[in-house]
Amino acid sequence: MTDLTTSYLGLSLKHPVLASASPLTGSVESLLELESAGAAAVVLPSLFEEQIEADLALIHHPGDGGSNPEAHGGYLPDAADHPTALDHALDLLGAAKDQLRIPVIASLNGDSDGGWATYAAALEGGGADALELNIYLVAADPTVSGSDVERAYLRLVEHVRAAVSVPLAVKVGPQFSSPANMARRLADAGADALVLFNRFYQPDIDLETMSVRPDLVLSTSADLRLTLRWIAVMAGRVDAALAATGGAHTADDVVKLLLAGADVAMMAAALLKRGPEHLHDVVEGVQRWFDERDYRSLDEARGSVSQVSVADPAAYERANYLKTLASYRPGTSSDA
Amino acid sequence: MAPTQLTVDGNEAAARVAHRVSQVIAIYPITPASPMGELADAWSQAGATNLWGEVPRVAELQSEAGAAGTLHGALQGGALATTFTASQGLLLMVPNLYKIAGELLPAVIHVAARSVATHALSIFGDHSDVMAVRQTGMAMLASASVQEAQDLALIAHSATLATRVPFVHFFDGFRTSHEVATVTAVKDEVIAAMIDDELVAAHQGRGLDPDHPEVRGTAQNPDVFFQAREAANPFHAAVPDAVRGAMDQFADLTGRRYRPFDYAGHPEAERVVVIMGSGAGTVGEAVESMVAAGARVGVVTVRLYRPFDAAGLVAALPPTTTRVAVMDRTKEPGSAGEPLYLDVVAALARHWPTATPPRVIGGRYGLSSKEFTPAMALAVFGELDEDEPRAEFTVGIVDDVTHLNLVHDAASWVEPDDVRRAVFFGLGSDGTVGANKNSAKIVGAHTDLHAQGYFVYDSKKSGSMTVSHLRFSPRPIASAYLIDQASFVGVHFLGAFDRLDPLAVAAQGATVLINAPGTPKEVWASLPSQVQEQIVAKALQVWTIDANALAAAHRLPGRANTILQTCFFALTDLLDTEDAIGAIKDAITDTYAKRGRAVLDRNHAAVDAALGALAQLEVPGGPDRDARSRRTPVPAAAPDFVQRVTATIMAGNGDLLPVSALPVGGGFPTGTTRWEKRAIASEIPIWDPEICIDCARCALVCPHAAIRLKVVPAAALDNAPAGFRDKAFRDKGFRDDGNPSDRSIIQVAPDDCTGCGVCVSICPAHSKEAVKHRAINMEPVAPHRETERTNFEYFLSLPEHNRIGLKLDTVKGSQLAQPLFEFSGACAGCGETPYLKLLTQMLGDRLVVANATGCSSIYGGNLPTTPWRLDQHGRGPAWANSLFEDNAEFGLGIRLALDHHEAAATALLRELAPSVGHVAEELLAEPADGADPEATIARRRELVEDLRTWLAAHPGAVSDRLGELAHHLVRRSVWLVGGDGWAYDIGFGGVDHVLASGADVNILVLDTEVYSNTGGQTSKATPRAAVAKFSSGGKATAKKDLGMLAMDHGGVYVAQIAMGANMTQSVKALAEAAAHPGPSLVIAYSPCIAHGIDMSDMMGHQKQAAASGYWPLYRFDPGREEAGDHALHLDSRPPTVAFRDFAMTEGRFAMLARANPAVAEDLMTLAQADIDDRWHLYEQMVNVERTARFGILEEDP
Repeated sequence: MTDLTTSYLGLSLKHPVLASASPLTGSVESLLELESAGAAAVVLPSLFEEQIEADLALIHHPGDGGSNPEAHGGYLPDAADHPTALDHALDLLGAAKDQLRIPVIASLNGDSDGGWATYAAALEGGGADALELNIYLVAADPTVSGSDVERAYLRLVEHVRAAVSVPLAVKVGPQFSSPANMARRLADAGADALVLFNRFYQPDIDLETMSVRPDLVLSTSADLRLTLRWIAVMAGRVDAALAATGGAHTADDVVKLLLAGADVAMMAAALLKRGPEHLHDVVEGVQRWFDERDYRSLDEARGSVSQVSVADPAAYERANYLKTLASYRPGTSSDA
Repeated sequence: MAPTQLTVDGNEAAARVAHRVSQVIAIYPITPASPMGELADAWSQAGATNLWGEVPRVAELQSEAGAAGTLHGALQGGALATTFTASQGLLLMVPNLYKIAGELLPAVIHVAARSVATHALSIFGDHSDVMAVRQTGMAMLASASVQEAQDLALIAHSATLATRVPFVHFFDGFRTSHEVATVTAVKDEVIAAMIDDELVAAHQGRGLDPDHPEVRGTAQNPDVFFQAREAANPFHAAVPDAVRGAMDQFADLTGRRYRPFDYAGHPEAERVVVIMGSGAGTVGEAVESMVAAGARVGVVTVRLYRPFDAAGLVAALPPTTTRVAVMDRTKEPGSAGEPLYLDVVAALARHWPTATPPRVIGGRYGLSSKEFTPAMALAVFGELDEDEPRAEFTVGIVDDVTHLNLVHDAASWVEPDDVRRAVFFGLGSDGTVGANKNSAKIVGAHTDLHAQGYFVYDSKKSGSMTVSHLRFSPRPIASAYLIDQASFVGVHFLGAFDRLDPLAVAAQGATVLINAPGTPKEVWASLPSQVQEQIVAKALQVWTIDANALAAAHRLPGRANTILQTCFFALTDLLDTEDAIGAIKDAITDTYAKRGRAVLDRNHAAVDAALGALAQLEVPGGPDRDARSRRTPVPAAAPDFVQRVTATIMAGNGDLLPVSALPVGGGFPTGTTRWEKRAIASEIPIWDPEICIDCARCALVCPHAAIRLKVVPAAALDNAPAGFRDKAFRDKGFRDDGNPSDRSIIQVAPDDCTGCGVCVSICPAHSKEAVKHRAINMEPVAPHRETERTNFEYFLSLPEHNRIGLKLDTVKGSQLAQPLFEFSGACAGCGETPYLKLLTQMLGDRLVVANATGCSSIYGGNLPTTPWRLDQHGRGPAWANSLFEDNAEFGLGIRLALDHHEAAATALLRELAPSVGHVAEELLAEPADGADPEATIARRRELVEDLRTWLAAHPGAVSDRLGELAHHLVRRSVWLVGGDGWAYDIGFGGVDHVLASGADVNILVLDTEVYSNTGGQTSKATPRAAVAKFSSGGKATAKKDLGMLAMDHGGVYVAQIAMGANMTQSVKALAEAAAHPGPSLVIAYSPCIAHGIDMSDMMGHQKQAAASGYWPLYRFDPGREEAGDHALHLDSRPPTVAFRDFAMTEGRFAMLARANPAVAEDLMTLAQADIDDRWHLYEQMVNVERTARFGILEEDP
């Protein structure tokens, strides 16, 4: 039987399939279900600094100034004991650490320089085995250059690195001019692992109200390709572990990612659709695939189809595009 | 400083003790006592325990009468029980107070003493409420300060157990209940020592118990009632000694000594003032200074008022006393004297050891928190020194009618130099009060100084001002009056210089901090010349800072308070500046502890940056020659009364008005808000006629009548000022007599708009090029103010639309009618006022409103200015407020009176009809079916005028009588208006009764789902899963379905409306309710600041409330049954939005989801089930057929 044990963020995992941040990792009950379904580790839902701010705004509603002599203390009950997202995140983290045997990775999405470092330290203090920084900055300001954005990412990682000592993963989106170069620099800034890729909320337009309604669309196996390319490109060339997220729905998906060079694969959408127990089937399928091919350990196979390892490295680059076009036959394309 | 020093207000001081020694606490909101109930609920909710480790049970009732009943029951059940109340609430408890005292049930009721409503309501403090229970048999203990509110609370709880006589423990509303002061906290072991467990067990043992039953509350007859009443005498007689004993024990335990009557002053005093409550400290200050100057004077502070220990009082007076002035903070018209005065007279007559007791005079002071100062006390001692002092006097006012007042000289009193005094002018919403409370706490905690904070609010709920008075003294502070000479004045918003005279309180050489944009020079240049003169004349040290900009730069918009607080400490020497900054930061850390370090850091950074932004003004030698003058409070066009009286009150000088200036009987001229140009909005809506589609929604939803629609003939605009905007009017048939060339105008009232933005968020017309640009858009007011002022003035001069032919039961038609409710002081974006304004547009010229006490009675009737106004014919809503609990009955009484007059007029007209002829015939005829009500009303008004002409020409007894009543031949529309606290809770019995009466009245419930006016306490209209005060853990039970209860009556028209969900339905329902010949009930969803929402989108919240089925819209018209239709029409569609999705957009629900997700989850599930169930019920109700005839028998006059 192939040895699937994997090391990620300094944690020893029994296999490379993790549950990434999703509503499923948001309660101790479902975390326990994920554990019994065989998850190697779990990533808790992101603590959003903006949520903490929104909670504060709720507690300190403008109406609480007291324009009314009969309502000196404002209109809602005293909020002294009303916790914010930070308290809930720490509560969940504490309970997860108490009740789970598998490693628990906390995730953070900050909004200010001070916030990133402060809340990262809070989560470290709450017992997180490792930390995942969920960074998404949509660079919408035309006066800010790509290198400015990159510098902001790096500064942020450096800040957090200086503030905590637990292993640090950085989850980013694919929209860099040179993602592989960025990956290297993130690693230099202190990232122990890169989680590829973040899914942004994407805008939609409500035709009834002519207003913008951003929401999150769950990934499908089709989304795997993007991740696959960049994992393959980065594998062996970046001094950080690589975690693939987004599009890993089946055992085959996971195997592909591992062959491309991913250290671990993270699942969310497929588990939300099919339930936590699906994770068990995926791990079994991965085991079977490697068993059938007589690999001794995963380390043997990992990255064997990465860009540095394949005969045709250009397949991961633009040539791929041309080749696909050339092989295209009307009426025969699959829906992939 | 010992850790037992606390800086708290009087309410908290009393409630802390009460909660520790109670098992059952019955509560009901009433200002100024509500915070005691709120604290008790919050403490129990958080699991805080009493002395015995139990969490006291806190129950909110439907009224104070209910709270008293529950208190009575809890006591009969053998529990230690308490309640908190004031004013009308205490009066509602009176019957039970007799019972509780008659049954010798030990209890304490804590009262924040407040004026009882007479010619007017007042939320402020005096003793008219507690004096109304002095005859009930309750013992009464009066606290004079925040420290005493705590100490005597405990002494009352202790003594009631010892004597079995129940106590009213009271302190002055606002002056003590809301004063923040440094007090020594009573320790738990002291409380435990004062509460005798054996007495507790004895009380518990007397509880009703089927194991050893007895019957209580028998009916007794002439033979024994009297004797049984006398049987309790020994218990009452034992109270003074028991109280003395408890006070002595307390003194042994704490070192703080009280006596039932405390004397202070010269041991051989000749002149003595007897007084009770917070005024005692004030008189004490005067006495101290007089004695120091050699005067033989003294003061007796009455603490135990009932039972009145006459011998004890005499014993407290020095035997040298020859003259006594008794000060009463109440008024009993027609009595031989006020109550404390009579008690003292009787005591001296009975117990004075010699045949010539001191001469006693009685005076009234301080009604409704009227200032009572040492200067006034000096005037009282001066009167006692007269050869023939007046037997009856007042002090603190100028009485030019009955000439009872003493004349006092404010300058005769100067506060000691070592008492540091600071006054701050802030806005209600800017956190100034919070920061000042905090400053008091910081000084209390970090120095040996005693701190005192008192906060004065104006009566508006939007754009209101606050004035904070802070004292710091090496001694405990007994000064229960406002500061008039301050060494520090903080002016936290520039507008204060025009609205008030902030520097009038600045002492010579005082430090002044002005928060304003610009350099010190620029700030100086912006000041009115009068202010510049004051600065020069008083040699004031002026510092300026743009704290708002600094706060915004630190991502703390609108939170400049801690920055200004830092400047205050830096500019005074109360604390070393570094220590103060540390303490402010600690306080910030306390507030934000677990809630957002980033916010914490930002606040800290803002505090650190404060002093760098502070700059001193180099004061020029005199005012600038071109300095502007202070804005006059009202325009010259305002009527005389407004100029003389209203303007004086607006300028903060109401205290100076003499008695003769005030109308007697409580009536005031209406429509005065339009003279108070508050100009509080920073942004106002600006109209773009290019895009406007004439939908009139902006005008309909405006809570302040500050954006209006007019349609006028094109020729009327010939003289329009430059910049006046109008457009071709798209007439869509909501008026009969339109001309296609007519022009429409949407006009904002720039000085009356509150900038709430409700109009803009409802505007459906978008620019095709950019959706964010609508037909109206919020824009900064400054560049538009002058133009829009001119435009609005011109707009007002344009003719009002003729009501006849307007389809007033449509959205657009109603908005062409003039609103007769405008510019109220309601919160910006208020959800209630749009309904009231609409009502006046539909029915204003014949509207009579009975208004229950609550928000609507405050923004509707609080001085100085009121919003109900007249139309161009001099007609308009007649409005009256009786009480909170009785409004339905009050309104019914008005209806009965009007019906009586109408019937009498009709009968007289019948009698004269043969002589009068066709005018009488037409007046007596039934209006044709489907006739336009406006045309009918107008026609009847013409006929009445014709009739009067005839009557004048034909004098005689019947003629003359009819002349007096003829106007009643035009039918009045009577509306009973109030909030959910009234209709669901305290007034429900009356509402129910009036609905059953068949009378032609219309009840409009402005349902905010909480007691909004008293600060957001739970009512039976509060939905399940919401947090509110008194439900700080989330309301566990479902909202009461008032509409369904009303439908059960059969003949009642019932509608549930939400303007933002369906405007047409709202208008239609009000029109149908008005037309329904019997009782009508319209329940109007009214978003409130207490919901924790962005009020600019309050209409959007209404839409979601209906879409989720949370607030279904319907109209139940019993008249339709007769027409063969079903009575109930559901006007909203089946729910399409999950309750949770609606609820999570509102703070009241979202707070619970954050605070306690598990409970929130359960309650949300139940709340969704409530909605599903109710919708299912209504769907069945739509098809219910009822066979009884619900029609109202038309009275045949």
